[in-house]
Amino acid sequence: MTADIAAILAIDGIATGAVYALVAIGTVLIFTVTRVIFIPFGDIAAFTALTLAALDAKQLPGTIGLVVVLACMACAMEVVSLALAGEFRAVPKAVLGYLVLPMIVVGIVWLTMRFNPPMPVRIVLALLLIMPISPLLDRIVFRPIADASVLLLLTVSVALHFALVGLGLLFFGPEGVRTEPLTSMAIEIAGVHVSGQTVLILAAALVFSGLLFLFFDFTLVGKALRATALNRTGARLMGIRPARAGTIAYLLGSLMAGVSGILIAPVNTIFYDSGFLLGLKAFVGAIIGGMASYPGAALGAFGVGIIESFASFQSSTLKDVIVFSLLIPVLLWRSLASQHSEEEVEE
Amino acid sequence: MRKMLSLTALIGGLVAASTAQADITIGFVTSLSGPGASIGIPYGRGIQAAMEYKSEVNGEKIKLIQLDDGSDPSAATRNARKLIEEEKVDLLIGTATTPSTIAMMGVATELKVPMIAVSPLSGQPNPADQWAISVPQPASLLVKVVADRMKRDAMKNIGYIGFSDAWGDLVYSGAKAAEADDGIKVLTNERYARVDTSVTGQILKVLAVRPDAVLIGGSGTQGALPLLALGERGFKGKTYGTVALVNPDFVRVGGKAADGIQVSAGPVIVAEQLPDSHFAKKLALEFRAAFLKANNVPTTDGFSAYSFDGWRIFTSAAERALKTAKPGTVEFRKALRDEILNTRELSGVHAVYNFKPGAYYGVDERALVIVRLFNGAWTYQP
Repeated sequence: MTADIAAILAIDGIATGAVYALVAIGTVLIFTVTRVIFIPFGDIAAFTALTLAALDAKQLPGTIGLVVVLACMACAMEVVSLALAGEFRAVPKAVLGYLVLPMIVVGIVWLTMRFNPPMPVRIVLALLLIMPISPLLDRIVFRPIADASVLLLLTVSVALHFALVGLGLLFFGPEGVRTEPLTSMAIEIAGVHVSGQTVLILAAALVFSGLLFLFFDFTLVGKALRATALNRTGARLMGIRPARAGTIAYLLGSLMAGVSGILIAPVNTIFYDSGFLLGLKAFVGAIIGGMASYPGAALGAFGVGIIESFASFQSSTLKDVIVFSLLIPVLLWRSLASQHSEEEVEE
Repeated sequence: MRKMLSLTALIGGLVAASTAQADITIGFVTSLSGPGASIGIPYGRGIQAAMEYKSEVNGEKIKLIQLDDGSDPSAATRNARKLIEEEKVDLLIGTATTPSTIAMMGVATELKVPMIAVSPLSGQPNPADQWAISVPQPASLLVKVVADRMKRDAMKNIGYIGFSDAWGDLVYSGAKAAEADDGIKVLTNERYARVDTSVTGQILKVLAVRPDAVLIGGSGTQGALPLLALGERGFKGKTYGTVALVNPDFVRVGGKAADGIQVSAGPVIVAEQLPDSHFAKKLALEFRAAFLKANNVPTTDGFSAYSFDGWRIFTSAAERALKTAKPGTVEFRKALRDEILNTRELSGVHAVYNFKPGAYYGVDERALVIVRLFNGAWTYQP
């Protein structure tokens, strides 16, 4: 291992880590607001890549079918639960939010596709189309059990991942896809060749982390989300709706996962089941960061990326074993170092 | 309800009785869904092309029943049982994935029905109780032919990178086995997974041994990943691979980085470039015409051709078996099995086949040509 090789591996690891970081930040965001460890996050990223590839090939992406099915289910559930509670005046608003809005998004994509839009527009369309999926899943799957324990939510989340992989196969088919590179530029940094794609990935990770920081510190919605994360009951007493906060968290998280999917699509072939490993490695990064702080999760994810890169050089067959073995010392150290608190009793 | 059941049974019995006449019945299983679908669908199209090419033997009509196994070995087992016990097929052909094919072979052996496998089988069959043969070229032969070409190109030091799965192991052990014969040295054994996003680390390790050439043990689109990384690092040596890489997406994704790679493949891949004296030339062009007629799309893959060759092996064996027994009988199945294992110098579009009891494979080095990717198209390299 020479200094040159170490530099190349480090840059490669940072690029991989940046993708993990985006997903890890989204995971932490959703976890702190809703207490759900959202395992299907990697799938959302993979679906974005598949959607973009379908748009590139001028085909109708399977995501449209997925969104329509989910929107109908979520809307039906919302209307029934409102009717049971006797709140008939809220029904039109619910239909607007859960059915009409996603349908408008689908309509926009469907119409814009006829004009063969350029690459940037296609990326925006793919992101638009992927954004409703997590909030709708939240309404269908997690809202009815919002007050359950973290463990139950995690179990449901894993089950949801398997359901999504099956749906992915149904809607996207078994073929892998790879999209056009976003840029073919390359630069030399201290004699090491760095591709423009790597720079883009890093920039996106930094920009989104920065935006999140600003959002949480300087906007009312962001502050409301933080309040919900700290204390659901307290936030509710102050007039903040935890359910709405959850929806916003899911929307933001999907955006992060979607962006990471778009960044990864030109670098690698993405299959309908590629998301799991991506989500899992991001989750390891988030755990290293303690599932509570964004900078911690980002640093943890970068760490995972760099270790993965060096592990692939040292012993490529054991690469994933090395990455996941990391969890054990980290968890030991965390459990010894932290103060144990009984899980807060909700209401 | 009970009345309904007995009625169904009666009708079913009538249908079964009517099919048990002299037609030769073929049970074909492939993967039209699941992870194996990307090759299972071409296998299905290949069979349709074969039916188009030849749909009767000695005046006996051939009846084809196709089932989907969803890339799942247990579904393949159920399909094989259903085909043999309910449809009374004379022969099984299948399927797209090796685990499912092995599962089907278990049923065929148990119920004593001959089977033509269109996926690779490994190991040694028991000659006394062998009911299956396998059409494709074995991995060891694929790599052997590539290693011979390396020798001809005067390549000494070889770097290897492949999948971290059974396929990666097969190609690596094939290359290792060819070391003594071809005077090459395989210096690295780097692996990556199908879902990996980067192979930078592995490629640096490969380049550290200063190889003359790099051998790729991947398949399909993801086989292009090491080539892209080699291109980024400015590797100027030669690259080699196997037929597993050959698909349109590999060429698209690999782009300039994949240009110049040499792979061993069945002659059908470059049919129109073969010399007229080549055994596969005329047949491959006939196969392509039949494929176009049956599926309304041109053929772009090598998988459909395995189905076609399987069909050739079956029809030639059936011609001889029909002289001694009638279709739909135990005697016919046994005769068909004996005649399949008695195939001599039968040319297909992939190979010249010679089967004998005690081995699944019946191909030799004539079954492979070296093709080179040149400006996005595969070209024949005699």
